[in-house]
Amino acid sequence: MSSKMSTGSQLENANPVIFQRSGERLLTASEEDEDVHDPIDDREIFDLIRSINDPEHPLSLEELNVVEQVRVKVNDAESTVGVEFTPTIPHCSMATLIGLSIKVKLLRSLPDRFKIDVHITPGTHASEEAVNKQLADKERVAAALENSSLLEVVNQCLSTRSI
Amino acid sequence: MKQALSLVQKLSAHPDSRCWFVSWSPNGALLASCGGDKTIRIWGHEGDSWICKSVLQDGHQRTVRKVAWSPCGNYLASASFDATTCIWKKKEDDFESLTVLEGHENEVKCVAWAPSGNLLATCSRDKSVWVWEVDEEDEYECVTVINSHTQDVKHVVWHPTQELLASASYDNNICIYKEEDDDWECRATLQGHTSTVWSLCFDATGERMASCSDDRTVKIWKEYPTDSGQGNLSWKCVCTLSGYHGRTVYDVVWCRLTGALATACGDDAVRVFKEDVTANPDEPVFSLVAQVTKAHSQDVNCVAWNPKEAGLLASCSDSGEIAIWRFQEED
Repeated sequence: MSSKMSTGSQLENANPVIFQRSGERLLTASEEDEDVHDPIDDREIFDLIRSINDPEHPLSLEELNVVEQVRVKVNDAESTVGVEFTPTIPHCSMATLIGLSIKVKLLRSLPDRFKIDVHITPGTHASEEAVNKQLADKERVAAALENSSLLEVVNQCLSTRSI
Repeated sequence: MKQALSLVQKLSAHPDSRCWFVSWSPNGALLASCGGDKTIRIWGHEGDSWICKSVLQDGHQRTVRKVAWSPCGNYLASASFDATTCIWKKKEDDFESLTVLEGHENEVKCVAWAPSGNLLATCSRDKSVWVWEVDEEDEYECVTVINSHTQDVKHVVWHPTQELLASASYDNNICIYKEEDDDWECRATLQGHTSTVWSLCFDATGERMASCSDDRTVKIWKEYPTDSGQGNLSWKCVCTLSGYHGRTVYDVVWCRLTGALATACGDDAVRVFKEDVTANPDEPVFSLVAQVTKAHSQDVNCVAWNPKEAGLLASCSDSGEIAIWRFQEED
């Protein structure tokens, strides 16, 4: 996976628009009942990915509107999860890394039966097709995750921030 | 005609890891598997079941992506994400690491032996295909580096009888190479798939080839004679199997004994197709004759027909499992 890491102090998007974070999800009585089958829904998937850190800013993907609940589609019965993410600028060099972080978060959190597809929101990135193809190639994703320096960057994106 | 795939045995082959590939030894007695746990395991029949006969570890620092038996069955080659290919020599019941082939810039994705056993091909994410020559002293020398692909090369396979090599790539194309004055040259580029080509397999005669892709199709290619018999080869797509696979098709394999075509798919299914023998050979027709929709609990990465026992099929999965199936036809 050839995701370029920006190492200098130059920010690609110096003044991103910041969005409001969602409130805590309210648990329903049936969700708390262990005897009731409780399929995984869009909001639960969104909760897993909304606090992922942006690689560049001390902000979450939700605060940058990179991920939105309406762009999460889960079908528990068919074990599929689709997530579209929107890079903050069309030439964002972090797009692959952000997509990889979302994918890794979901791979680690969901049962193995789920097929996880992570794509760029159509029309929002100059290299949309190339980034989507890399993210869909599980062999390249597996190789990327065996690269310790890349894995470290992904884990940083996935680490819980202390605010 | 009733046809079915029945499960013979499931093996937890590479626990907590992926099983990427399985390969039968030429006499069909052993099955080698490899995976994300960096090991290679050798499986053999004992009584009524398949058991692990040996574990080859410490050969690779990262995932072992594919393994290949030499035509004589005495050597095993393993391709790894650590950018090397290991050659293992069979010693009685065990294997010892003989040599390590280095040179690729990054992950080696596939390795394949030529039918003579004197040549070995490897391919890598570095976009190149390397051909290695093996001498009688077990020395390996790289004789050529071919750069016909523009992206990650996923698979290499040799023609069953000729020294003809084919490769499949992330660039959506298939290339076919031939030796010309000590140099290997790309003599045909097969275009048609609209996404990554994951695997290739020649039929028993080598006149046709099956390919499978991330575009969820399988294509059948046929060689046509060229006017001069020299220069470029002419391979045409004569059939596309679409609508059968729900996700990426990771592997396709043509049984040399029965002609049945099996596929491994990211939708967890194993499928078997058979050709309608009455159809025009220039417009072949394949029908789905058997499938197991939940063959594994996760993606199926590989399918392999036993070379000696007709209908015996092995598959492996992201779940780390191997499954052995029997494909039966009843007239």
